[in-house]
Amino acid sequence: MNYIHHDTVVKRMSKRLLKNKIYKMLFLSATLLALLVLAVLGYRMIIQGTGYLNWDFFNNFSSRFPQNAGIKAALVGSIWLLAIVAPVSLILGVGAAVYLEEYAKKNRITTFIQMNISNLAGVPSIVFGLLGLTIFVRMLGMGKSVLAAGLTMSLLILPVIIVAAQEAIRAVPNELREASYGIGATKWQTILKVVLPSAIPGILTGGILALSRAIGETAPLVVIGIPVIIHFLPESIFSEFTALPMQIFDWAKRPQEEFQYVAAAGILVLMAVLVFMNSIAVIIRNKFSKRY
Amino acid sequence: MVKKPIVEQAMQEKKKDLKVITPSEKASIYKTENLNLWYGDKHALKDIQLDIKQNEVTAIIGPSGCGKSTYLKTLNRMVELVPSVRTTGEIHYRDRNILDKSYQVEELRTKVGMVFQKPNPFPKSIYDNIAYGPRIHGIKNRKILDEIVERSLRGAAIWDEVKDRLHENAYGLSGGQQQRICIARCLAIEPDVILMDEPTSALDPISTLKVEELVQELKKDYSIIIVTHNMQQAARISDKTAFFLNGEVIEYDETDKIFSNPADQRTEDYVSGRFG
Repeated sequence: MNYIHHDTVVKRMSKRLLKNKIYKMLFLSATLLALLVLAVLGYRMIIQGTGYLNWDFFNNFSSRFPQNAGIKAALVGSIWLLAIVAPVSLILGVGAAVYLEEYAKKNRITTFIQMNISNLAGVPSIVFGLLGLTIFVRMLGMGKSVLAAGLTMSLLILPVIIVAAQEAIRAVPNELREASYGIGATKWQTILKVVLPSAIPGILTGGILALSRAIGETAPLVVIGIPVIIHFLPESIFSEFTALPMQIFDWAKRPQEEFQYVAAAGILVLMAVLVFMNSIAVIIRNKFSKRY
Repeated sequence: MVKKPIVEQAMQEKKKDLKVITPSEKASIYKTENLNLWYGDKHALKDIQLDIKQNEVTAIIGPSGCGKSTYLKTLNRMVELVPSVRTTGEIHYRDRNILDKSYQVEELRTKVGMVFQKPNPFPKSIYDNIAYGPRIHGIKNRKILDEIVERSLRGAAIWDEVKDRLHENAYGLSGGQQQRICIARCLAIEPDVILMDEPTSALDPISTLKVEELVQELKKDYSIIIVTHNMQQAARISDKTAFFLNGEVIEYDETDKIFSNPADQRTEDYVSGRFG
């Protein structure tokens, strides 16, 4: 018995090949559409914003007059914010991931915790803003400081960092752990010398992407009540400050048309910061992959 | 309550006396008594009794899933890495029960090295692979480390192949070389016993031969317990052979006897290739 009739196969061939082409075009257009949107956005930003990108823009505080408005306070404020968010979220996030992957027994409680961490990653950022307002700003009396905003942002990206770090740690082959235990290493020695070095590229990639999110988030800052017109730079983690997305948001909602261009210039700066951070992620990852 | 230890002491002295009576026999390195092991509900090892001698190669053979690897991993308590493992019985390593909770696994694993089925060097340089063990046990002196690295690599018969590239990544070596690096890494902690879990199953025939020759060489200084799927290998390199089936030791004797004149029908069926 022959089930494959070669005549029919030939007859159906053109139909199959057509389908093949259609799907290829479909996926290609999906990619092109995304790229197109990005290109239009980028083009508009550059056309509108470059005129304002000059030394004064970086060296001035914000102003009522578009020609005098600068991004100094917001740029420095964002860097201060990052200086809080990066250590807090990375130390807590990697610590939690190490505990969940290497120490915790797999039982119902850890499954429950795991599920909730994944759910937390999907909670809207404004909810974290409300949490930060209640706990850090009011209850702990930190005010609208860099510290309060930094801790809020850390909470916001913590679940993402935990999940990314967990995946990186899980990807370390078990044979390497066995090799280390097999010659009498303790758990901590194994984690420090075998697991974390192998997991670091993955942890850094996930971590820096999460940090870029913290740099770009606006909603929690709005809820906390971060001011937008500030004519001084933060002096300590308890100072008031403003941040890039807040500043852009403020300019964009002003009635004068010129401020739209100022906002575009601000967006270019924010994008440049993000591209810079992501390239650091790539560089660090490549450096570590060479060694491991 | 006070008298009991005295009785035990007396019995131990009696045992010692017994040993003196048979001086021709080699000393035991591992004495397993009534070992039972469960993975959850699965009874993986049943009433194991084995007396493994010093400076010999002891081969453990048997079909897949018979518990031979599990038994080997119990000897350095690596089996504890599997959740839900439960053991009863005793394993005396040089007269101390290693299954006793007071026995620190890190201490045990410094005396009992292990070589795994798949070569598993660390993604570090050859030098750092070998120095890993000494370093975690607190040796920092560069000269001493250099000496240990060279001696271990010589001991694993791979020094000449890698001496000019000690600081290159161990992943650049072939599978057979990687496995000898793993043996060298094991020698670097100056163990007493070396456990080998199918060390040649991932290697080509020539690399296998090299590892087998190495085992013969290492036997002079170490006691070696090797799990193998390959019966010819067991016949070639071991002094004693234990045949495991369904979690039980069916037969344990001189290798020659197991392969030429086994006492149990099941052993004969297995070594003659009728099953497994």
